[in-house]
Amino acid sequence: MRTTRPHRAHRAGRGATERRRFLAASATLVLGATLLSACSGTADDELVWYVNPDNGGQAAIAQRCSEGKPYTIKTQQLPQDAGQQRIQLARRIAAGDTGIDLMSIDPPYTAEFANAGYLAPIPEELQAKLTEQSFDGAIKAATWNDQVVVAPLWSNTQVLWYRKSVVEGTPVGDKLAAGEPVTWDEVIDLAASKGKDVAVQANKYEGYVVWINALVSGAGGDLVSDVDQGIDATIDLDSDAGRAAAGVIAKLAKQAAPADLSIAQEGQATTTFGSDKGSFLVNWTYTWGNYDAAQPDVKKDMGYAAYPQTVAGEDPRPPYGGIGLGVSSKSEKKDWAMEAMECLVSPENQAVDAAYTGNMPASEAGYESVKAGGPEGLPQAQRDALLAYPDDLIELWKTSLDQSAPRTVTPYWSDISGAIQSTWHPASSVTEDTPAESADFIGRVLRGEDLL
Amino acid sequence: MSATLETPKTPTPSAGHQKPRRDTSDRAVAENRLGLKLVAPAVVIMVIVTAYPMLRALYLSLFRYRLTAPDDKEFIGLSNYLTVLGDPLFWRDTLNTVLIMVITVSVELVIGFAFAMVMHRVIFAPGAIRTAILIPYGIITVVSAFSWQFTFSTTNGWVNSWFNWVPGIDPDLNWFGGHWTAMFAIMVSEIWKTTPFMSLLLLAGLSQVSEDMIEAAKVDGATWTQRLTKVILPNMRAAIMVAVLFRALDAFRIFDNIFVMTRGAQNTESSSFLTYRQVIEQLQLGVGSALSVLLFLTVLLLAYLITKLFRVDLAQARGEG
Repeated sequence: MRTTRPHRAHRAGRGATERRRFLAASATLVLGATLLSACSGTADDELVWYVNPDNGGQAAIAQRCSEGKPYTIKTQQLPQDAGQQRIQLARRIAAGDTGIDLMSIDPPYTAEFANAGYLAPIPEELQAKLTEQSFDGAIKAATWNDQVVVAPLWSNTQVLWYRKSVVEGTPVGDKLAAGEPVTWDEVIDLAASKGKDVAVQANKYEGYVVWINALVSGAGGDLVSDVDQGIDATIDLDSDAGRAAAGVIAKLAKQAAPADLSIAQEGQATTTFGSDKGSFLVNWTYTWGNYDAAQPDVKKDMGYAAYPQTVAGEDPRPPYGGIGLGVSSKSEKKDWAMEAMECLVSPENQAVDAAYTGNMPASEAGYESVKAGGPEGLPQAQRDALLAYPDDLIELWKTSLDQSAPRTVTPYWSDISGAIQSTWHPASSVTEDTPAESADFIGRVLRGEDLL
Repeated sequence: MSATLETPKTPTPSAGHQKPRRDTSDRAVAENRLGLKLVAPAVVIMVIVTAYPMLRALYLSLFRYRLTAPDDKEFIGLSNYLTVLGDPLFWRDTLNTVLIMVITVSVELVIGFAFAMVMHRVIFAPGAIRTAILIPYGIITVVSAFSWQFTFSTTNGWVNSWFNWVPGIDPDLNWFGGHWTAMFAIMVSEIWKTTPFMSLLLLAGLSQVSEDMIEAAKVDGATWTQRLTKVILPNMRAAIMVAVLFRALDAFRIFDNIFVMTRGAQNTESSSFLTYRQVIEQLQLGVGSALSVLLFLTVLLLAYLITKLFRVDLAQARGEG
């Protein structure tokens, strides 16, 4: 007994150890398999669409385009900021991530993504269909190297929103009532004379460059040309048009600037417009629905007109924005993704998206669908939202889109935009020398001689 | 008490002629072999996760290379380094970083030492007091940065209302609207967050100072200041060095506080933040890698200078000398 006991104990111990080893090995296997399956991306019948945050418009059309298909389109949200959206998509696709099938891309980054080979080429027939369907401006912003590389989903433009109570009984008010164009000078002078603020986007971000681009284009200028030269593109900012734009910004910053001008983005600008100091605002189409619930009195007092002229007598060139859909070149389900993309950007679905988000269609047919209250099967609340748009506002948006000046289509847009933000921010520091300094700095940044 | 009292060095057992003989024994050889086998996985992982990226960054820094324009990748030798070193932005950010490092580490050293003394000597509820002192260190930096951002905020912060008796602080002071005020807010957040770490390292040093020596100094008639400067501090030199070294290197790489509180606005950018912007935001892998390499070299230089300044051999500090 004295000898067997320890032996038994030893055997029992070995048994326990083996059991533990077996358990540990099983646990490792199970855990490893779980982790591996988590890494391998998405389910076989799932298309993943990375969308910019909105009020559910893109999710709604994803659902519509999944019906009766062998796949389900699942939306994943990107960050709010367009620059951060670009970074996340670029980094993931550059790293070969197959978990992205479709993505919503902001127009200024389309060329960069196409040039880097992140976008799967769109078949010729689909390109032809998109070109026929979409507004010219939308197709221009979606084209790189003579190829349509993204499918325009919605097109956005800015108009001048004003408070009727502020302009009433003034010469500017009379012009606005008669549908005549007004200039930035007139807008700023009127606001300043009444002690009000003009709300614009002037934080150090992409939206500020959108404003600068509109001002420069409105004076007949350009930020950059010869973009096919890559980093040796011509910088045109040091021009009369550039100085005219700088003049408007300097004047606004001096005479009619809200306190938060240096950090004002779209949200702050709409807040300023809705406050007691509000008079004029330049902002995107969704501004129309912004005050419905919270400030109905502001909504009643709200008027709209064409984007202000930089130079009197010259047509304004309002900003162009929107979203284009692209299929990732790393997607393993490109055929499905192309089919889904065609469905998602159909004019009816553009109207559905507009009903939820206020982001207007990128096509004439889409606008027709908006006027008709959207396609069959749209919930009544969304149908009402579409029918509530006044006809003259819809016409104004369409004219505005026609006149709009898209930002320069170049793979180096983020450098150009960053260099402009560095030299033109804050708005209160802008002088007539700013365009020349800015042009010099953009050139140096593009050639890699200066850090941004 | 004219001379400093230091702990006499105990002769190490491995010294002397016995060493070679012991090493050659079968057992020692086997132990050495086992030791090598045991560290091998760690060494391999270290090489993969640190040496490879470092060499890769060094390689990339010699190219003009943007992630989204892979076809334009071009070998440009040391041009990226020349661009960076000749750029005022780089020097401005380096100056910011050095300023943050020097000020925060100095303040932390003083406050941290006071906390270490309290933790070392406290008789009443030592556990609770130590925990209270260490709480900030347990809080995630991003969370602490957000709370300090709220603290200094004009609308919902309490700094402006509590300290409006201080000249220059009024209810409308926008702390993040100017360079120096924003830098102050960033440094306060950094100091609050990392002082406990400093005090923890100093506490370790403090507990190594022999009570006998302090008693002896007392008996010799040394005042409290004399005991501190002639006995305690000299004997804590290695611990102070480790604390300053760790914190200085940490502070030099400051990123989270700036990212959350100002995003680099008002010229509050640090070297790490500049590197982040070049690599992550602008996807400029070439220039960004050059910046990373420069940052790494600066950190190495700092470590060298600090060890030289304190005249402490790190191996000796670990008791291996």
